[in-house]
This record gives sequence, C-alpha cells and structure tokens, in this order.
Amino acid sequence: MGILDGKRVLVAGVTLDSSIGFATAKVAQEQGATVLISNFGRALSITRRIAKRLPEEPPVLELDVTDDDHLARLADAVREHVDGLDGVVHSIAYGNPETLLGGKFLTGPWPDVAQAVHVSAYSLKSLTTACLPLMKPGGSIVGMTFDASVAWPGYDWMGFAKGALEACNRYLARDLGPQGIRCNLVSAGALKTLAAKAIPGFELFEHEWAKRAPLGWDLDDLEPTARTVVALLSDFFPKTTGEIVHVDGGYHAMGA
Amino acid sequence: MASTEEIRSGLADIVNEVAGIPADDVQLDKSFTDDLDVDSLSMVEVVVAAEEQFGVKIPDDEVKNLKTVGDAVAFIENASAA
Repeated sequence: MGILDGKRVLVAGVTLDSSIGFATAKVAQEQGATVLISNFGRALSITRRIAKRLPEEPPVLELDVTDDDHLARLADAVREHVDGLDGVVHSIAYGNPETLLGGKFLTGPWPDVAQAVHVSAYSLKSLTTACLPLMKPGGSIVGMTFDASVAWPGYDWMGFAKGALEACNRYLARDLGPQGIRCNLVSAGALKTLAAKAIPGFELFEHEWAKRAPLGWDLDDLEPTARTVVALLSDFFPKTTGEIVHVDGGYHAMGA
Repeated sequence: MASTEEIRSGLADIVNEVAGIPADDVQLDKSFTDDLDVDSLSMVEVVVAAEEQFGVKIPDDEVKNLKTVGDAVAFIENASAA
C-alpha cells in the first residue's frame, strides 16, 4: 500500500540520478504510482540511460517546455502509456551561468533573462495547460523553487525566475481551483544536484543549512524533498493549493 | 576482471556512441576535452554509460579529475578491483 496507489504521474525534468526529479520518480514508484519521465535535447539520451536505474524503468518522453509542438503533442504522447494523469512534477530550470549567475545581476542581458523566465517559470503554466486535458478533479501539480523571497549570493537572475515561478504557482492555483486541481511548490534547501553545481559560488553558502537548520541538513540527501513532493501529489493535501512548502530542515524560519 | 586494454576499448566504444568520435582516437594519452572535444554534457553521458558497463560508481566530484582517457581507465580499474 502506497499513498500514490493507482496514480499516474509525469515527472518533467529528470537527468541524472542526483536530480530531484529522479528522486521524486523513485519515491513515487515506491508509493505505487505509474511514472513517466521527460527531458529534452541532448540530455534526453542521458535520461534514457538513467531511467533504467529506477525501481521500474519508466517511459521517457521528449519534452522541451519551450517548444510549442512538443507541448501540443504531449497529451497524445502520454496517452500512449497511460490514459490520464493524476500528478505532474515540474523540475525544470535554466539560466545561462555565464551571463546571469555568479554576480552578474547588474549586467545580465534581457534575451538570456527572457530564456531563464521562459524555461524556469512560464513553463510551469505551459506544462500545466498541456497536461490539463489529461487531468481530473483531485489532480496535483508540484514545482520546485528555491526561496525567492530573499536574495542569494550568485543566484541572481535565477532568483528572479524563481520569483516569477512562485507568482505563477499562485495564479495557477486560482485558475485550476475551480477544476479541483491543486498547484504547489516545494522550496528545498541547498542540494548538490547537477543544476546546483552549475551555479557559480554555490559552494560558498551551501553549508549554511547544516549550520542553521534545527532539523539538520544533508546536501546529498534528496529523499526528504522527494517525499514531500510525493505527499503533495497524494490525496493527503486535499485543500492545499498556491502553497510553498519548505523542505529545508527549518532553515527559513530561523533568523540566524 | 577486465584488462586495461579491455577497459580502454570498452570506453572507446562508449565515447564513439555518445560523442561520435572514432573509437581508434580514444587512446590513453588523449584528453577528453582538449583532444577529443568531449563537452561537459557528453562527459556526463559517458560517465553514466561507463558506470553501467563496468559496474562501478564514478562520483560527480571525481569526474573533474578524469582529464585523460588513461585517468578514466585507471579509475575504473581501481574501482572494479576494490
């Protein structure tokens, strides 16, 4: 018996087995879900190899969330494997580390900022609307943020994109609520994923969580985050939407 | 246990499959980035494929130390001997 028994879940954005998406797909399978995963471009072939490391090898879909054709075909591609979706996980972000991150806030060029917002924030809306024909009341969308209520060293325009993602989450909650579909974000503490390693200067503050979080924090342990995403996909948060759940050992609640 | 040459040859096939580089060019003294033009994303895939083929774990922190084909072969040899 698992809390996702009988549920069908798409996890968009699985690259390595050190990704939050992979950890989420694993826990979702362990909790009884039928899982599909997606990625895009050259990373897709990595995803196809990594898929074999899950308890059950899931179908791997090609999905570039900035490609309108991919989004238009998504529902049919999902239907080749399952007849609908109960949950969608958005674990996708990109900002050019050369121009937007690592102290480049005052010089980040608009085309790169636009790309970061498109891939990392607008895509929560486009992925959701592409999946909506497959969903029914009780469905759940979950995205990943990194606390955008404050400024972080080096995070720069990606922090801006996460701010947009957090606003997107609230408006999706408003507009999906009448259909009985929830939309929430998980705000995880620092984790040593492939994405985090691309953030210049990340290593300068990644140890702050272990120091300040009352519950402690392990940079390499993706499971607390994955379990929380799975809980939000389940029926155990039935009246929670537009919310941001912190999975950071309590870091965000401490002043110092 | 696989010999050094068997590992090199297996790795060469992976580099060929992932990055399209002729397997014969993948020799021990060659640098992945400077000589073979394997970029960081291809390197990630080479590592994943090598882990599967040789049954070893190559930690992310270790990958940056694998500058040449010889470095990678030596790491795989040691990891599979352990």
